[in-house]
Amino acid sequence: MIKGLPDKRGKFGGFGGRFVPETVMPALLGLEKEYLKLRRDREFQTELRRWLRGYAGRPTTLYRADRLSKHYGRAAVYLKREDLLHTGAHKINNAIGQALLALRMGKTRAVAETGAGQHGVAAATACALFGLNCVVYMGEEDMERQRLNVFRMRMLGAEVRPVASGTGTLKDATSEAIRDWVANVRDTHYIIGTAAGPHPYPLLVRDFQSVIGRETKAQAAKEGLRISKVIACVGGGSNAIGMFFPFRNDRSIEKIGVEAGGRGLDKENAATINRGRPGFLHGSYSYLMQDGEGQVLPVYSLSAGLDYPGVGPEHAYYHEAGAARYMAVTDDEAIEAFKLLTRLEGIIPALESAHALASLETVMPGTAPGEAVIVCLSGRGDKDVEMVEKYLGGKR
Amino acid sequence: MMDKIARALTGKKGLIAYITAGFPDYAECERAVLTAVGAGADVIEIGLPFSDPLADGPVLQKASADALFAGATTEKTLRLANRLRQKTAAPLLIMSYINPIAAFGVDRFAAEAAAAGIDGLILPDVPEEEKDVAAGALEKRGLSLISFIAPTSGEERIAAICARARTGFIYCLARTGVTGAGGGFDQATENLVRTARQYAHLPIAIGFGIADAKTARQAAEYADAAIVGSALVENLRQGGHQAVGSFIRSLRRELDRCG
Repeated sequence: MIKGLPDKRGKFGGFGGRFVPETVMPALLGLEKEYLKLRRDREFQTELRRWLRGYAGRPTTLYRADRLSKHYGRAAVYLKREDLLHTGAHKINNAIGQALLALRMGKTRAVAETGAGQHGVAAATACALFGLNCVVYMGEEDMERQRLNVFRMRMLGAEVRPVASGTGTLKDATSEAIRDWVANVRDTHYIIGTAAGPHPYPLLVRDFQSVIGRETKAQAAKEGLRISKVIACVGGGSNAIGMFFPFRNDRSIEKIGVEAGGRGLDKENAATINRGRPGFLHGSYSYLMQDGEGQVLPVYSLSAGLDYPGVGPEHAYYHEAGAARYMAVTDDEAIEAFKLLTRLEGIIPALESAHALASLETVMPGTAPGEAVIVCLSGRGDKDVEMVEKYLGGKR
Repeated sequence: MMDKIARALTGKKGLIAYITAGFPDYAECERAVLTAVGAGADVIEIGLPFSDPLADGPVLQKASADALFAGATTEKTLRLANRLRQKTAAPLLIMSYINPIAAFGVDRFAAEAAAAGIDGLILPDVPEEEKDVAAGALEKRGLSLISFIAPTSGEERIAAICARARTGFIYCLARTGVTGAGGGFDQATENLVRTARQYAHLPIAIGFGIADAKTARQAAEYADAAIVGSALVENLRQGGHQAVGSFIRSLRRELDRCG
């Protein structure tokens, strides 16, 4: 039984916490207090639901992928279509929730970090919608990888600040966003994009993303599905925790998180739970890719959204408690899954989501007809087609 | 009775100097520390480099990255501390982040740091609420864990933090934001120190934003000590340990004028 975590100190088992400078501690305490109030506030929840429905496009469908199912010839595969949301990924669920929260707290400015650009676009969108000034930090390398998303954010009125320090990817963008927040904490809210960071962020991102699992559960019940597995990709882990959390006490349903195996688990990868050790980064204690000295290691994934050396603390806890299983697939396997879904179902998945799909190769043989396997299709792949073209070109 | 760190900051305006361990290399870093002490620094902070220094601005981020690239490790930094301890009586603190300390093992780090002659630790990503991650192990070895207050803290937190702090000094963050870049202080800094003064049993040191003699003097008008980091490391980068010497001397002169 997974208890109603986190505890009062923001811990999931031993993971989580608030390892941040004193400057932002009062802001975190204030955010926690305000959020715990709004969590039970009917009016706020109604307002949030209204935006998610009328603006973001919820509920998303639970789509039975017949041709993909037939390909495996076992259980029926269902896709939770977060890719159909406005801005093209699940990130908008959290961005709208946090922007509303920022407004309630009287903040006029928001900062965000982004890797693939999906969260940056979602944050810029929510800020445009609610009239907040928005600054998005993005690693230089990622800006190159995701040029179109950079342009989208700028069109939406956000300022995109390149981050050259460190490895120039999501990790460094997150550090810069936190530094900005520390400096401007009085008028600024930090819209973190994943279920990581200091308490209460893992809690509130999970709550805002749990709409994914709650809807899935209701839709499956209505269809009379017998779910045996729910699968989601894990970078920081926001779509995964949003899918897993509502199912946490359904013991007969296996929760499978899929990490970025990059070029292989014995080579460069970003499979934090599979290959990392517990450590402290960006305000929380969780699994971390680090060397023996406690220096954070550069990680690699073809998918910019999974290219992160940490993981949300609740996943670390689920892993240790055996509440979920975390596996990894390589770039090559993700690309194959990307092509397969596109060809069989006419759906181009985000490279991140393609990792979840790739796990079907090993998961499906262990399933039986009559069961339902649910994959969270966290985002659409339009942003990735250029990347995939380049990758396939290089392979030839 | 006052501890060694607090004592070094009492009776005159104190000067605390931060230098990144292993930057530009361990030999020059050691010369820089000894030069700083000779030029009038009362307490030394040795920065144990971390790959992701959340509280640091560009200058110290770069120094940290350069030191790591040049091969800085926790063991080498402890050996540096040990060598410094043979040559100076000035209090030595390690400033770092919790992850390198935890990776080394908090108990083991406390034991080896104490054996090397370290007097305390400064961990900017360990706020009051999370201190138990290290406080017990450090206390057992007689090491201080320095407490922070910030312009955002508010009187209630300041009172609680200052009341609990028993050794070392109160690290008062002059500004919100990261290390580096001067710009001086305002009324808010003065109010912060004044509030802390009501509750603290320890000297109060101002850091984050002291760039030169002028800002050091300004800090000393309210507080017991000034902490200088980025500006010093920038001097070290540009002009080696000799530049550190003249920089520290200029601050010392200004502080001595404040009495």
